[in-house]
Amino acid sequence: MTTATYLRVHGRQAAIWSGGLGLLTGQVMRNLALPPSYWRLVMQEVDAMGVRSVVVALTAAIFTGMVLALQSAVNMARFGAENYVGPVVALSMLRELGPVLTAILVGGKVASGITAELGSMKVTEQIDALRAIGVNYVKKLIVPRLLAALLIFPLLTILADFIGLLGGMLIAVLERHVDAYVYWNNIFYWVTVRDFLTGVGKSFFFAAIITLIGCYNGLSTEGGTEGLGRATTATVVQVAMGVILADFFLTKLFLFLFW
Amino acid sequence: MMKEQPVVELRGVWKAFDHHEVLRGISLVLSKGTTLAVMGGSGVGKTVLLRLIAGLARPDTGEIRLFGRNIERLREEHMLALRRRTGFVFQGAALFDSLSVFENVAYPLREHTSWSEGEITDRVHRFLSLVGLPGTDSLLPAELSGGMKKRVGIARALVLEPEVVFFDEPTAGLDPTNARVVGELIAELRSGVCDTAIVVTHDIEFAGMVADQMAILHEGQFAAMGTPGEIHSSNVPAVQAFLAGELLEN
Repeated sequence: MTTATYLRVHGRQAAIWSGGLGLLTGQVMRNLALPPSYWRLVMQEVDAMGVRSVVVALTAAIFTGMVLALQSAVNMARFGAENYVGPVVALSMLRELGPVLTAILVGGKVASGITAELGSMKVTEQIDALRAIGVNYVKKLIVPRLLAALLIFPLLTILADFIGLLGGMLIAVLERHVDAYVYWNNIFYWVTVRDFLTGVGKSFFFAAIITLIGCYNGLSTEGGTEGLGRATTATVVQVAMGVILADFFLTKLFLFLFW
Repeated sequence: MMKEQPVVELRGVWKAFDHHEVLRGISLVLSKGTTLAVMGGSGVGKTVLLRLIAGLARPDTGEIRLFGRNIERLREEHMLALRRRTGFVFQGAALFDSLSVFENVAYPLREHTSWSEGEITDRVHRFLSLVGLPGTDSLLPAELSGGMKKRVGIARALVLEPEVVFFDEPTAGLDPTNARVVGELIAELRSGVCDTAIVVTHDIEFAGMVADQMAILHEGQFAAMGTPGEIHSSNVPAVQAFLAGELLEN
């Protein structure tokens, strides 16, 4: 395959994928306001997405906080600024690592699960069966997942932020002998509510990206079980890429709006 | 006297996949009280036609009217009300694999009625008995044979007592005994639950058992359409070939 052909084929696939994702987003937005509301399904999804992902998110967060503290404390000690390790850890966790790591780790798990479930429903015609029964499948299968994600990801991000800061404190206090009061006092002095809110704000966008990619790839699965495997793998990659790309643009946007 | 509106009406329907034309200007009218069997070999577009009529897919061009309403460009949300008046039996049954037989059949009732649990139970048991599967409430789809799955699929499609039912290859993959049971069941339904249906099949004997109108699909068009007698006496080569058991494949 020549480079031109390769680019044309993949460009076309990317255009179809983006267009499909955009159309699905429009459908979901339209359906948000339509009756009926499946609140019971939202709660089920909160359990499936959130409760079962807490350990993953928090384990990553505490070790990230510890690594940040280790790296920054060692290097800041060279300038005699070891006491300021708290704000460094806090700014990194609250503005970037808390929301992004949570979104990539939990998002990959959640979105691939959604793709696998909806994809297997698609290849066994269960989604068509829902449609044939007169059930609004967008309302029943996608909207509850989106609403649950919009609730879960900000909450997990807040938890991850806090646990990351605790992890940083453990290292700062136990290994670098920074006073715990100084650690927290510097954080509260240097870190603003805006730093915290921009991170949490990002998590809403990440939640939407994760759910919509997971659902779209599931609903567009073709080619039986082999296709299902491909769709699930693609979801993990696309979610990670989507979160990282969106993070850049959201950071630019928030800096423009609130700085 | 005012003429009764057709249940299904197609005019000049075309459908292609990746430049391969599957349906080329299909037209048909299905009146209330009629069971139409659409026949043809594998891959001639029978299922595509049924999915278009049920609004599960969209035609490239042409007009499809269901209960007098144009559906070819209707949004999914607006199709729902029409689909509640129809039933669809899928080739592979398409049962919800995480739900029991009872919950599969109860699903349309839970979605579209505000009935009490007792009323739902009574209705589900009535339809499970009708398809010859009493006492299978708690079984999961994975525990059912192919014939049983088909019959649960039929019960689910009929439980809301639709005005028209679409059957996609109801005997495909079944042994002759189960195929006969399903055929007898569909024939029985005509005098009771639902008297209007479109049955897609490649099984001539089965079509003769359930249908009062037949259509042979060949190369994207109806090679012949009429009563079973008219079809059997047709001298159209494609029809004769199909009746002689020669596969019409696209």
